[in-house]
Amino acid sequence: MKVEAKLEFQTSTAPKTGADLLIDLLIKEGVETIFGYPGGAVLPIYDAIYRAKDRIGHILFRHEQGMIHAAEGYARITGNPGVVLATSGPGATNLVTGITDAMMDSLPLVVFTGQVARSVIGTDAFQEADVMAITTPITKHNYQVQSISDLPRIVKEAFHIASTGRPGPVLVDLPKDITSGAISGIVEEAAIDLPGYQPTFKPNPLQIKKLADSLAKAQKPVILSGAGVLHAKASEELTAFAEKHNIPVVTTLLGLGTFPADSPLSLGMGGMHGTYAANMALYESDLLINFGARFDDRLTGNLKHFAPFAKVAHIDIDPAEIGKNVPTQIPIVADAKVALVELLNHTKNSPKADEWLEKLVKYKQEFPLWYKHDPNGMCPQWLVEAVHKVTNGKAIVSTDVGQHQMWAAQFYTFNEPHRWITSGGLGTMGFGFPAAIGAQIAAPESTVVAIVGDAGFQMTLQELSVIYERNLPVKIIIVNNGALGMVRQWQELLYDNRISESLLNSQPDFVKLAESYGIRGMKIDNQEDLIASLPELFAHNGPVLVDCRVLQQEKVFPMMPPGAGLHEMIGVKPI
Amino acid sequence: MKRIITLTVQDRSGVLNRVTGLLQRRQFNITSISVGPTETEGVSKMTLVVDVEDDQRLEQVTKQLNKQIDVLKVSDITDKAIVARELALIKVTSGSQLRSEINGLIDPFRAIIVDVCKESITVQVTGKPEKVDALIDLLRPFGIKEIARTGLTAFLRGHQPQVNELVTYSLLK
Ligand SMILES: Cc1ncc(C[n+]2csc(CCOP(=O)(O)OP(=O)(O)O)c2C)c(N)n1
Ligand SMILES: [Mg+2]
Repeated sequence: MKVEAKLEFQTSTAPKTGADLLIDLLIKEGVETIFGYPGGAVLPIYDAIYRAKDRIGHILFRHEQGMIHAAEGYARITGNPGVVLATSGPGATNLVTGITDAMMDSLPLVVFTGQVARSVIGTDAFQEADVMAITTPITKHNYQVQSISDLPRIVKEAFHIASTGRPGPVLVDLPKDITSGAISGIVEEAAIDLPGYQPTFKPNPLQIKKLADSLAKAQKPVILSGAGVLHAKASEELTAFAEKHNIPVVTTLLGLGTFPADSPLSLGMGGMHGTYAANMALYESDLLINFGARFDDRLTGNLKHFAPFAKVAHIDIDPAEIGKNVPTQIPIVADAKVALVELLNHTKNSPKADEWLEKLVKYKQEFPLWYKHDPNGMCPQWLVEAVHKVTNGKAIVSTDVGQHQMWAAQFYTFNEPHRWITSGGLGTMGFGFPAAIGAQIAAPESTVVAIVGDAGFQMTLQELSVIYERNLPVKIIIVNNGALGMVRQWQELLYDNRISESLLNSQPDFVKLAESYGIRGMKIDNQEDLIASLPELFAHNGPVLVDCRVLQQEKVFPMMPPGAGLHEMIGVKPI
Repeated sequence: MKRIITLTVQDRSGVLNRVTGLLQRRQFNITSISVGPTETEGVSKMTLVVDVEDDQRLEQVTKQLNKQIDVLKVSDITDKAIVARELALIKVTSGSQLRSEINGLIDPFRAIIVDVCKESITVQVTGKPEKVDALIDLLRPFGIKEIARTGLTAFLRGHQPQVNELVTYSLLK
């Protein structure tokens, strides 16, 4: 699969319309692929795309939600903004979930929406929606273009804002008369004009010193590593820092892969379905150093019991995250990489933490992640391990939301960053499969696996058309438990087994469904068949869907019940 | 607690929406808000009076406001030496026989009468909100038909006393 992308800027053909100018500006920003869906208000842009088809790629998705999740997957893997184009009204409102998802998980997106012509804005014109009002709280910033001459500046600013500081989605609303408007004369190159936007990259040296001093004195230090480390591309520095001072590392759900899971210092994931060792390390620590995690409630549990003995240091590029949920003694506003380099230069003495490390090793040995094999069926945890094995732990893994997501997080251990794509903050069902498509577009040579639930997959499965059409070799593993598994689990454990509307009594034949899209499908309901078939399915040079029937009763353990603290997990030992 | 927060913002469309929407989403009560142009073209100033539970919440709202791309500067000026004023128009029921009494009453407030008709007069007063409140209380017995208030606008005095320095919300203390 190759996405066509030629970047030379053709100066000979001057832009004719606002839309042609827009496309030229995108090419200048280095955009290779537009994730798009046409409609009335963006027809001028599609006409410009037609004219520029040798210079910029476009992928037609089958639903705007699918395409924006794909753009998120692309952004997660490349670190560059995913570029989305939708029409006005319903096109734009179909993007709302994806924009919110990107906002919560700090993914850079530049979203272009068509809008009715300026002369009829505010008249409830056909396919008019107040996209600016709708998206103000869910974007890092948004613009409505009021004049063609503003377009160069706005496009430049949109890419700049989306991809710098704490990344996020930026939306540009394009009235149709702007994109269809003829360009008279030369449109000036524009400079960014953002006096109110200056992210802090460099840490305050006094705070770095304070952290270095605290580290030297600590006896129970722990690092918490979040997605900020991914955005800063700082995994190497983080690993060097942890190894230099022998500090154990907990990662957040989104931070998986920022620190090698097979390092002796790795405690695995923290939080609601984290490991016992990780959560107890956070609970008992006397110095908690948070790099780029936002102390989300699924990580902290009950704040009253969160890290009660710890001095907290928080390194974050977004000052508003520091002290928001957890009182912080050492606030460091900085890019994680810049801060880590400073720390590597300015920390000499390591903490005396031998006892602490021994204790944590014991926790790891005594309370590992567990599941029970069942001779009568396939365990979903085992399935994830089998996928890990067949991909040598080197695949890009995208998940949907639910039990399978947590099992993937627990059992597909990552030793490298930028391999893990999941919807953390918003927990968006329907995310996993299209996000995998975006990842495959970003990394054509990599093995990309979508580990999805049987319910969530049905929210965006229409994108099967796209992987067929583009021959994107995404491997879809449906962890099919015939249930809204996570909901079922909560009902069983917390609502006295009142299973209310969480079983899927009717399902499509997923194999036939795949085949109807032209995609190879297979149903597997036992371990032997899986072991026998998986290598060949993964070797297949094209998309594959595997409908894996797993045990419905399996639950995600251990678990920190809602309202509990990190030290109050249940299911820490085989039940 | 009531805090006076001033914002300098880029005068772009939607900026007021952005600020009030943010305050609403993070559950801050706005007591009053006033907006207008400044000495610099393209830059506006907003004065917000907000009701905040505690310092941590206040710090959070200040930081969230600062994060907005169009917001240039956020200052909590509550504890500084400031000039703070509000203008109110108060329409009072009044036949001709009461006019002189009302005149005598509003005089110490340096308020003026800006509109007169058969059944009512309109008083204009400027000052701190407490002063405006006091005048309204005094006029109430006459029968108030309508009140319009601008909300507070404020800035720092030219000279700031050394001691009573502003609490800075910067993390770089
Ligand atoms: C759009 C959306 N709707 C509802 C939910 C609530 N929810 C969370 S997990 C879940 C069940 C998901 O079922 P499935 O996709 O089969 O995954 P499983 O938990 O069974 O692995 C639901 C309904 C959600 N996260 N997102
Ligand atoms: Mg399911």
